[in-house]
Amino acid sequence: MSAGGITDPQRLRRAATTAVFLGPAVVLLGVWVVYPTLRTIVRSFFDRDGATFVGLENYEAIFTTDTLVTALQNNALWVAVVPAFITAIGLIFAVLTERIRWQVAFRTAVFMPMAISLFAAGVIWRIMLDQDPERGAVNASIVAVKDALAPAGVLEQGQASTPQLEGSPERGFVLRTPVRAGDQALLGLTAIPPAQVPPDAEQAATPRAGPQEITGTVWRDFKPGGGEPGRVEPEELGIPGATVELRDPGGGVTATATTEADGGFRFDDVGGGTYRVALAQETFATTNSGVSWLGPKLITPSVMLAYIWVWAGFSMVIIAAGLSSISREVLEAARTDGATEGQVFRRVTAPMLAPVLSVVFITMIINVLKVFDIILSVAPASSQDDANVIALAMWRTSFGGVNDFGLGSAIAVFLLLLVLPVLALNIRRFRREV
Amino acid sequence: MAARIVRFATKAPLQILLLVIALLWLVPTLGLLLTSVMPAELISTEGWWKIFSEPSLATFDNYRAVFDNEDLTTALWTTVQIAVGNTILLVLVSAMAGYAFAWLPFPGRDWLFVLVIALLVVPLQTALIPIFSLYQSTGLFDTVLGLILFHTAFGLPFGVFLMRNFFIGIPKDLLESARIDGASELTIFFRLILPLGLPAIASLAIFQFLWTWNDLIVALTFGRETQPITVAVFTQLRQFGGNIELIAPASFVSLAIPLVVFFAFQRYFAQGLLAGSVK
Repeated sequence: MSAGGITDPQRLRRAATTAVFLGPAVVLLGVWVVYPTLRTIVRSFFDRDGATFVGLENYEAIFTTDTLVTALQNNALWVAVVPAFITAIGLIFAVLTERIRWQVAFRTAVFMPMAISLFAAGVIWRIMLDQDPERGAVNASIVAVKDALAPAGVLEQGQASTPQLEGSPERGFVLRTPVRAGDQALLGLTAIPPAQVPPDAEQAATPRAGPQEITGTVWRDFKPGGGEPGRVEPEELGIPGATVELRDPGGGVTATATTEADGGFRFDDVGGGTYRVALAQETFATTNSGVSWLGPKLITPSVMLAYIWVWAGFSMVIIAAGLSSISREVLEAARTDGATEGQVFRRVTAPMLAPVLSVVFITMIINVLKVFDIILSVAPASSQDDANVIALAMWRTSFGGVNDFGLGSAIAVFLLLLVLPVLALNIRRFRREV
Repeated sequence: MAARIVRFATKAPLQILLLVIALLWLVPTLGLLLTSVMPAELISTEGWWKIFSEPSLATFDNYRAVFDNEDLTTALWTTVQIAVGNTILLVLVSAMAGYAFAWLPFPGRDWLFVLVIALLVVPLQTALIPIFSLYQSTGLFDTVLGLILFHTAFGLPFGVFLMRNFFIGIPKDLLESARIDGASELTIFFRLILPLGLPAIASLAIFQFLWTWNDLIVALTFGRETQPITVAVFTQLRQFGGNIELIAPASFVSLAIPLVVFFAFQRYFAQGLLAGSVK
């Protein structure tokens, strides 16, 4: 005591200083992170009330409860798809923008969603992916492209005017009586509202059929007062733009024709034998209801889309920094030696970039394992079971009505186990540095 | 001149492709903004792009409704309290611990730091249940302080890691001469270390601010009446479709502040990301 009289107070003071600096962090980490983690591990072996020890039962439940199995499968899908996608997109964006002049503007645009909460990003995508093409931008674009590629049919509805013609707008119509060269086929329709008759329609007429031809008419077999079904009469309008098929007895389509303004059509060079004439289904517009992105089937890909939108910027920025740190001299040397741009990328850039790519990839795996908020906001309540993931399942089991702390703890420990390999990796990397 | 045209022609497809990508990336956010200014009676039948053809439709009524809604304004204020309080506390505690790990030798220092790194990946889900019980019994449940402390604790591993790595780069001579001059460690910390560490502190502060501002799960678990804006919007979202005229502007308000912070301090944000993942 007395011998170390000078050093002891000094050591004491140094220890006190260290305690002051380190104390708050140690207390916070101890009480809010370390203790609860240990407590959760213990808790996971007890039942929902915490009174009875149940061994591994909670862990068994993870693999036998339907919604939890869905969560595991979805999370596996997330890990398999999303980190790879995000890393690849980031790499592509980083490389493509390396030499453009408005690099900063582009990178800002892609990076911006990083500042937004995953929850708000989810709201954004819920609006984008609305099923109604009138409101959801994604479906509106799809419908617009579809309409441009395959113009919608000329009619929306219609019925056969005589029993000779059978079928429906959904399947198309077929004339029961077989026809042969020189015949005329009359395809009369009723129940077409006047407003839906194409505006360029004229008085219906049937072209005369030559010996090698089959002709006919598609027309609105109705006029004020009724008229006689099955006959082309004055004041009845042809249906222009309808698609008519000539089918062989086996049902195969041998020729197609489109009707004129008077509803008339003509098949040339018809051979011998009998045929059937049919009004193709394309004639009728299918009311496109839009893809059900937020429905049970597509909900997981939809949430992934939103998630990739958010995180691509992160990946791009990290990889771009990695790219810029590759020395120009090495690249120039390779080029001087006669390497092509492709070779430079594969042999020089890619290997030098590998550590950065793996950092992005691993970071994304951890993030993806913990994905939570964005699912709550993209997925409507009706598809949340189908979009379930581990972190969400943990929360719903513990706080979302079920309130089973035993099972909830087990799910949390399971999640912790999944990130442990990354923990080991982190520590190894740190020890190498020191 | 000819060479210029050739260069432009070969580069044009790439430029156009990138322009399309950049626009695609901006469209969703723009969609939310335009949805938020659509008249309430049109919102359930028309898409937001209608505003392009009829700009006169745009209205601020929805925003007025948000700011008249007491739940939402209270939530916004709560969010500010949590985010600011948490950011200050976290920066201070991280910087102090980071300094200790960098410049105060003590037994077991390396081991303790390895532990901090280990905690870096612990999912916060692991702590939810015990802290829930702890908060219930101590009165921290449903308080701003409770939320701040939880966020700070889970931000610490990254904060300490970032600060220690930054401080360790400070020249040793600088510290030694201050110590020889008889300055106490506290003086050194506040007068020398903190000012020098400003770039790293800025990165950490922005990160933590955005993280807390954007949090949903923590507030959803430990709050009932104490609701930040994300939770308030989430509550509205449960009846999605009927009240999108409230959800859209409220969501936009909730992301406007992070966006402003992001654009103002973009450089530090990117630096923080790099420090956190590459080093």
